[in-house]
Amino acid sequence: MATSSTAAPSGPSTPSHSLPEHLTLDDRVGLLRSMLLMRTIEERAMKLYRQGKVPGSFYDGFGQEAVSVGAAWAMAAADRLCVLHRDLGAHLVRGVAPREILSQYMGREAGITHGRDGNIHFGDYRTGCVGMVSMLPDMMLVAAGMAMAFKLRGEQRCALTWFGDGSTSRGDFHEAMNWAGVQNLPVIFVLENNQFAYSTPIHLQFAVNPVERAKAYGFPGMSVDGNDAEAMFEATRAARARALDGRGPTLIEAVTMRMHGHAAHDDMKYVPKALVEEWRKKDPIDRQSARVAAHGVDVDALKAEVREQVEQAAHTALAGAMPDPATAIDRVFHPRDADEILLEDGAAPWSGFTLTPPEGRGSR
Amino acid sequence: MTAAPTLTYLQAISDGLRSEMRDDERVLLMGEDIGVFGGAFKVTEGFIEEFGIDRVMDTPLAEAGIVGTAVGAAVVGMRPVCEMQFADFVSCGFDQIINVAGKMLYRQGLPVNITVRLPSGGGFSGGPFHSQNPEAWFMHSPGLKVVAPSTAEDAKGMIIASIRDPNPVIYMEHKHLYRRVKGEVPEGSYETPFAARVAREGTELVVITYGAMVHTALEATEDLDGASVMVLDLRTLKPLDEQAILSAVRACSKVVIVDEANQTCAAGAQVAALVAEHAFEDLDGPVVRVATPDVPIPFSPLLEQAVLPSVDRVREACSQLLEY
Repeated sequence: MATSSTAAPSGPSTPSHSLPEHLTLDDRVGLLRSMLLMRTIEERAMKLYRQGKVPGSFYDGFGQEAVSVGAAWAMAAADRLCVLHRDLGAHLVRGVAPREILSQYMGREAGITHGRDGNIHFGDYRTGCVGMVSMLPDMMLVAAGMAMAFKLRGEQRCALTWFGDGSTSRGDFHEAMNWAGVQNLPVIFVLENNQFAYSTPIHLQFAVNPVERAKAYGFPGMSVDGNDAEAMFEATRAARARALDGRGPTLIEAVTMRMHGHAAHDDMKYVPKALVEEWRKKDPIDRQSARVAAHGVDVDALKAEVREQVEQAAHTALAGAMPDPATAIDRVFHPRDADEILLEDGAAPWSGFTLTPPEGRGSR
Repeated sequence: MTAAPTLTYLQAISDGLRSEMRDDERVLLMGEDIGVFGGAFKVTEGFIEEFGIDRVMDTPLAEAGIVGTAVGAAVVGMRPVCEMQFADFVSCGFDQIINVAGKMLYRQGLPVNITVRLPSGGGFSGGPFHSQNPEAWFMHSPGLKVVAPSTAEDAKGMIIASIRDPNPVIYMEHKHLYRRVKGEVPEGSYETPFAARVAREGTELVVITYGAMVHTALEATEDLDGASVMVLDLRTLKPLDEQAILSAVRACSKVVIVDEANQTCAAGAQVAALVAEHAFEDLDGPVVRVATPDVPIPFSPLLEQAVLPSVDRVREACSQLLEY
């Protein structure tokens, strides 16, 4: 049931504003809150970068907040996620604290990687997330492997990973799509099509939109408005239900736009200004704000609360120590006699899990 | 452990895998043609009948896929053992080993318990793509252990230890040893430590080597006009057993290092550097290396024999150094 491509830079059409079947008002506010938190943290981090407090470069997901927040909202505590570099919202939904994230950006000891890796190259195993590597889309295979284990053990669980338009050109995309199709795995592949891989536009990346390829691997692909958190949630919820029902993988193309440069140093002069302005009108936070405001939610108060939370987090993070240089060579190998460490369950705030018990894990 | 039957090196690997699969339901074998066919070298022959298609998984022809999915399965509680059909093919899965598996613990505190089996080595007219010894590729990359047993007993004990080790382990199994090397292999489950082993005691010269070259070294130095030659079998290349190497050098004062791998930056180069750095005062002669020159492994038998270290080359190197 692959739908026609909507990856043209003109973007998707505006979705229906009818009340979604699977979301309460609390969910809708929760989606907004997570997106606000992501944007506010990244804006604060960019300021820290410009002040010289963030080493290396800095990557953000401005304008793409709905892609990670919406998809992560549909995932259960026992599900597992491989998170990409413009998907901070997924970490927030799974329960990573803003101060840990800001510490991470600044290379502090209190960051998720304790200064061992930079910016958003992290995954907090305590939240069921594996961080990306820079070789894209390597994590598609890791997610497929998680799903393979779930299926082998007969567990009602699902894996999800995000990857970008550029990474669909690499062989790991093919290997993961094929593997998942052959083994009919409970995995969700979210293609984050933000129109540019660094400076390369999608028309130089592929002749046929990758969402069309899903059918050739034996499972459905669909294009979703990636600037609509509720549409992302709903597509992911349906894909997850499908996976748990034994019907295999789904490819979701989240059609969105990279509104900032590839990283802080990139002025993005290769992107037509008109295109950016056109997408600015589709801002995912503005859209979700309008929805909940219509239900009487005080969005300004919510924004102020989030700003205060992030300021406090920045204050704490800035006061934190840098890592001890003497630890730089530690923890290359895990000791044989140490406790086994595996991915743990993360937060799963969707009302579908909190109001009714989630699908339990099957026993082996 | 009860009576010790005689097994080939290949049978010993199978025995270790089977033992660990019976003991631990988390152990899962993945590879190309390992199921119904039993593997290109028959290491997993009969496994699919005992353990089923889920745990003896015939995968697509995709080495990055094998390693990458193994990593995913490992971090949610499985203990995958990946077979590269030939060690050479691991180049197609290199990125997943180096960048995903090798760095996960350091970056994120998440150990990756996978074992990757690499049937390696030449001597069979396998040509440039079925004869390589790529262990140094992995020694150079942080976060990976690299082991290379030379005997049947160690082959079993080290495959079990590799599976139980919580880190990614590259298990080098030399094809030349599969059916040529036999030995008593204890029944039941046991681990061989990741440490060097003295294959033969000696006092005048030590040959430091690993894998198939242990047997070449033993044969080459069996009768060197009565000279007392030690052979040190490294068994583990990362981490190197530095104490055992330095002790052997101090005991013998003359060192020949043999690699079947291409010479530049081979495991033996690291051994030579270690000796130069920490045992210079103990040496009574230059460190001598015997290795394959930096060429692809040629196909035609005479060409291949011209590049791989032979018994004669090792004997000649030892004789010259003894006379130094």
